[in-house]
Amino acid sequence: MRKVIRGFYAVAHAVKLSKPSVIAAYPITPQTEIVENLAKMYSNGELKDCQYVTAESEFGAASILVGASATGARTFTATCSQGLVLMSEVLLNAAGMRLPIVLVNTNRALSAPLSIWNDHQDSMLLRDGGLIQIHVETNQEAHDMVPLAFKVAENPKVMLPFMLNMDGFKLTHAYEPVDLLDEEHVDKFLPPYEPPVKMTTENPLTFGCYAPPHCYMEFRVALQNAMERAKGVLEKAYREWTEVIGRDWGGHVVADYADDAELMVVSMGSLTGMVRDVIRELREEGKKVGLLKIRTFRPFPDKEIRDALINANKILVFERAVSFGHEGPVGIEVKSALFGLSPEFYSYAVGLGGRDVPREEIVKMITDVYDGRVEQGFHFGGVKPFEEVIT
Amino acid sequence: MTFFGPGHGACPGCGLTIATRNVLEALEGKCFVSNSTGCLEIISSQYERSAWGVPYIHSLFENAAAVAAGIELALKALKRTDEGKIVVFAGDGATADIGVGPLSGMLDRNHDVIYICLDNEAYQNTGNQQSGLTPLGSNTTTMPAGELYPGKIGRKKDMVSIAVAHGIPYVATSSVAFYSDIRRKVKKAAEIEGAKYIQIHTPCVTGWGIDGKQTIPSAKLAFETALYPIVEYENGKLIRVRKIKERKPVEEYLKIQRRFRHLFTHPKGQEIIRELQRIADDNAARFNLDV
Repeated sequence: MRKVIRGFYAVAHAVKLSKPSVIAAYPITPQTEIVENLAKMYSNGELKDCQYVTAESEFGAASILVGASATGARTFTATCSQGLVLMSEVLLNAAGMRLPIVLVNTNRALSAPLSIWNDHQDSMLLRDGGLIQIHVETNQEAHDMVPLAFKVAENPKVMLPFMLNMDGFKLTHAYEPVDLLDEEHVDKFLPPYEPPVKMTTENPLTFGCYAPPHCYMEFRVALQNAMERAKGVLEKAYREWTEVIGRDWGGHVVADYADDAELMVVSMGSLTGMVRDVIRELREEGKKVGLLKIRTFRPFPDKEIRDALINANKILVFERAVSFGHEGPVGIEVKSALFGLSPEFYSYAVGLGGRDVPREEIVKMITDVYDGRVEQGFHFGGVKPFEEVIT
Repeated sequence: MTFFGPGHGACPGCGLTIATRNVLEALEGKCFVSNSTGCLEIISSQYERSAWGVPYIHSLFENAAAVAAGIELALKALKRTDEGKIVVFAGDGATADIGVGPLSGMLDRNHDVIYICLDNEAYQNTGNQQSGLTPLGSNTTTMPAGELYPGKIGRKKDMVSIAVAHGIPYVATSSVAFYSDIRRKVKKAAEIEGAKYIQIHTPCVTGWGIDGKQTIPSAKLAFETALYPIVEYENGKLIRVRKIKERKPVEEYLKIQRRFRHLFTHPKGQEIIRELQRIADDNAARFNLDV
């Protein structure tokens, strides 16, 4: 059923169809309306066999899900920004404990200064935490990836937390036409959660043991192995989605014009739509530019990225975050995938803290790189002149 | 398989293990345990050497109450509530300091959980650092008795009143000196639906500087001096206290422990002892402890 809805509802409706057993929530802009929608469904009795609870903090919400997930429940929460940072101790713990908690992170800038607006600084903080991370471009993609997140996270070969990233405001608050999934199709795609082990008095097990040096490292190797296996499981789930639902979002990455592009532009999240549009226009003008949309960020699809970028002389990455003291985190990762190759490499951090990224700015940055008018390396885009106060 | 042990690594005379065993036996092992990081967790949950004969989870230092709430919700959602009760074991630091937020949330939402605070009055797992439940004048490594300061400044946080203020159905204190009291209260708590808070005084031989044989006598003296009143609240009302036959001066409790020994020589020691006696007298009057 095709409806014009906001991003919040696209997520909440898909969560409902995924039939979680426990939802724990704490409000934070621009996520709040996801859990408000779920709360409304709960209050109206639409969430069958589900317990919904408002926690005392994001830290509490994530901790509740640790207990629930270990007991064998399918679990969901949503957060972003400061909330994600507050949750981070628990989420890293959940990754180590191999608990398949699914969360939607509505990407938002970090304080200070306080900003409720969009960039990717929050999720990048958890880059190394053992969570599967994907980024979506549209509300339809967010809607579709919710059941997929449960399926992949709960796969016995994986058993990892799954963070679905969608841009705060840009997607959450946007009205877009979305083909809403129905119960029949989601049930066909997503089986009920059957945990390989769980807390039960019938077979009492110890969860969250401590590991001295003689056995700690193997747990971390197992975590890395699970992430490696998650690559294959995700790839298969992306394909299966297309088979069951009929919509094809591609694999870990989606490349346009990669075969003959001299310049490949790399983008992740909601910015990608506009970048694609610009690239099509530049193509029509005869410029050999192409696009690489990164969907899976963890596990990092290094081979797919290398294959897509191998023919280009120039790479341009649009960053939505900064690794302060170095450069943009996506650029760092993409360069590692290109090790041994030596294309010219450019990156622009744009739209931090919700700064508007106008179309003409995207055109200028791409054509400046294409025509050789900027130096290689890391740049900020769309910054107005200002003076720092240094005393 | 027993509910707890053998094979745990606690010190001989450890108060925590006495309390834990009695709680589990009172519940006949029909329970799920959520344990905060700390002494009990470290001595019992090493990989391949778990001492637990009941389903057990340890997540972090400060979230055992929230994890327990999650277990409760999952059991409800999955229609498995018959499997057993949910019990938290958390230390005094995990309860009164770092985990007080998640604890407050769990109590406020009134989850069907028995929260046991194992109160050994400092961060004893890491070697006796001061917590909110450390009593006045106690010598800890993070507020040691020095030439200027006589150990902890300020009194023991009143977690019992804080728990009562949440309007939960059952709050009690107990002590390893009276294991049948622990069992009775846990059994009673198990019959009550909603959040239950039980704070158990559990001496720590290394942190307190007592001999392993002194665990029960020192816990008993804490009660007999009225420094650790044993009380019971139902629905916010004080319903029962353990009466003291012949109340003893606080010095008798203080002098047997290394953590208080400096009070007898420190220039400010007498002042602290007088204040501790005043706290004990207040407790006796407030709870009508004297026979």
